[in-house]
Amino acid sequence: MFLDFFKKKKKSSAQRAKERLQIILAHERATNKAPFLDDLRKDLIKVVAKYVDIDPESIDVTLQKDNSIEVLEINIPIK
Amino acid sequence: MSGKVLTITSGKGGVGKSTTTANLALGLALAGKKVVAVDLDIGLRNLDMILGLENRIVYDVVNVVEKVCRIKQALIKDKRTDNLFLIAAAQTRDKSAVKPEQVIELTNELRKDFDFIILDSPAGIEGGFRNAMLPADEVIIVTTPEISSVRDADRVIGILEANDKKEMSLIINRVNPVLVRKGDMMSKDDVLQVLSIPLIGFVPEDENIVSYTNIGEPSILHPESPSGKAYKNITQRILGKDVPFMEIVEKKKGIIEAIISFFKE
Repeated sequence: MFLDFFKKKKKSSAQRAKERLQIILAHERATNKAPFLDDLRKDLIKVVAKYVDIDPESIDVTLQKDNSIEVLEINIPIK
Repeated sequence: MSGKVLTITSGKGGVGKSTTTANLALGLALAGKKVVAVDLDIGLRNLDMILGLENRIVYDVVNVVEKVCRIKQALIKDKRTDNLFLIAAAQTRDKSAVKPEQVIELTNELRKDFDFIILDSPAGIEGGFRNAMLPADEVIIVTTPEISSVRDADRVIGILEANDKKEMSLIINRVNPVLVRKGDMMSKDDVLQVLSIPLIGFVPEDENIVSYTNIGEPSILHPESPSGKAYKNITQRILGKDVPFMEIVEKKKGIIEAIISFFKE
């Protein structure tokens, strides 16, 4: 019991629920807004892999909103 | 008269949509407005029992849209006020029995005779939910402070933002002040930070609701109960009055009560 006193204060379960929700909802909102992102990613891998050697896992496709401009960002590291 | 269509929805089932519908409908009626509550949860009829009107149903909403009867014949008058009517869901059909254009036609007719048309949406985000959304002027989303319910509410908000651009507000239901204090339940502010739509009310968890539902008397008929008080405030806000959000207080135990409950536990 008194050992608890020395332990770092643990996050409450409510706090953890809130954080988990914020993370998952940010992800879900993005995919729900642009449901084509997954297909786009798959197509990009197919096309680019024809010409250069890439790691399919490292392709990053995101849709971001900056002020009022929406930016489709595609990141393809070449091996 | 051109009435307002208010849809109550949630995404997740079992968070208190029908209880909320019953309380707000009755509350608005008791405040002098002419109200009709329509149960669109076809196949899973419940609003009739929560309002204590299950023995009076002759025709239901499917009969109305299929023109088996006139709207007037399906309007079930409330026992307590002349201002409230119910159109019950069909119990022997399924959600596909009502088409979107039929709901719009029905609500347009009802707008002529009522100040408020309150639609009790089924859970989920399928056809039945969409039927309830289409005619809405305002959508009230009910959630509890639990992760599954908040996540589903967010999904509903996303769908409404993408398609209909409806006016939305949030009711946080079954907030337990003891659990919130212990950090074991998200507070209303936590939920509001996650879901960014305006709050129209929060309802403390109230064990009385079980017995009120047992006898078909919504809590708003018991304004001394915590939930009754909360629903009354929400009703006032719907009517445009600026009512401050109540502080949830934990039920204080007297010393004798505390001793008794100590021994009970």
